[in-house]
Amino acid sequence: MAGKPRLHYYNGRGRMDTIQWLLEAAGVEYEEQFIESKEDLEKLKKDGALLFQQVPMVEMDGMKMVQSRAILNYIAAKYNLCGKDLKEKALMDMYIEGMMDLGEMIMHHPFKPADAKEKDLALIIEKATTRYFPVFEKVLKDHGQDYLVGNKFSRADVQLLEVILMTEEEVKPDILSKFPLLKVYKGRISNIPMIKKFLQPGSARKPPMDEKQFADAIKIFY
Amino acid sequence: MSGKPRLTYFNGRGRMESIRWLMAAAGVEFEEVFLETREQYLKLIKDGHLLFGQVPLVEMDGMKLVQTKAILNYIARKYNLLGKDLKEKAQIDMYVEGTIDLMTMILMFPFSPPDQKEAQLASIVEKAKTRYLPVYEKALKQHGQNFLVGNCLSWADIQLLEAILTLEEKKKDILAQFPQLQDFKARTSNIPNIKKFLQPGSPRKPPPDDAYVATVLKILGPL
Repeated sequence: MAGKPRLHYYNGRGRMDTIQWLLEAAGVEYEEQFIESKEDLEKLKKDGALLFQQVPMVEMDGMKMVQSRAILNYIAAKYNLCGKDLKEKALMDMYIEGMMDLGEMIMHHPFKPADAKEKDLALIIEKATTRYFPVFEKVLKDHGQDYLVGNKFSRADVQLLEVILMTEEEVKPDILSKFPLLKVYKGRISNIPMIKKFLQPGSARKPPMDEKQFADAIKIFY
Repeated sequence: MSGKPRLTYFNGRGRMESIRWLMAAAGVEFEEVFLETREQYLKLIKDGHLLFGQVPLVEMDGMKLVQTKAILNYIARKYNLLGKDLKEKAQIDMYVEGTIDLMTMILMFPFSPPDQKEAQLASIVEKAKTRYLPVYEKALKQHGQNFLVGNCLSWADIQLLEAILTLEEKKKDILAQFPQLQDFKARTSNIPNIKKFLQPGSPRKPPPDDAYVATVLKILGPL
């Protein structure tokens, strides 16, 4: 009996990525059970392990949690990464939802039809550089603090770093070229010990979507 | 200066409807500003009211709240509709996220191309009957309580009632095989604040029609 949280997903970033980041930032050790075939997924469903027949699923504290936001909210609250009062939580939630909207676009991009990919990429870059990153650049500029909310490291910082790196790796390497404060912020958050460890080679961090991951995702989920 | 929350959105359901439901269930009176022209919308953006250039917008407690889930979470927390501890909250969050996934399909439905509408509707009904409604039917059957979580009214119950009523508009007998949900619907509809919201003349919006779709597309541009 491990007692460690167990993450059920396929061996790729997808919707489990943000959850993994948060666990790592909170210093929580966990296990991963990779779904490698449609049969693996069907078995989980048949065993009644997936409330809405979907993954991610995280077994933790006696629960089989599903739905990314439910899982993230639970981890953030348990490990005190979610703001000290209603207003800080509201601010964090707003920022995080914006980040998730951008993350969602990036996550879906590999699955777009070939003839729509170029336009989709241009749209992602446009939204990243005109709708989302300017907001966070301004937040940092306005308060001049090291962290997004409440002058304290929180889930919002973990998620923003994740989104920045995801955009650089999967969309455009110099996406932060016009955002000097975000560049400094990225360096600062990357240096937080738990996060620095996660960013080293050999950690459990998943690489960006490649051909094998894409093929696996199609095989398992579609 | 009323001090009441102010909701800015189109004059219709969309992403604001769940917020109206939650406010009504919590007994919170609110004002509404309806977007009718693109100029109005662009002015909101220019004046810096919309953090990500999007509505819904809810001005409340000195904040300009955007992002539907952030708004809903704030209201649910403020009015104690999120359970009594982390585990109850996790259960409520799971239920709510499932219901919202289903509601989002319904929300997007009016904007799908005409030749896809029949298939989309069939998909919504199928998902409702096989993926979502059975979960809540089972939960209610297993604990035999009046509410989904913790024997106490929560956001999960309000969101589920909204989903049930919206589904029934699309398929009248959607609850035919779900006796627990039929009782749940009757019971929850009778809670005073909710009963009031279900009366004519309340802020509850009618189902989207062609005029609504046209207004949204005119103001936002193609979705």
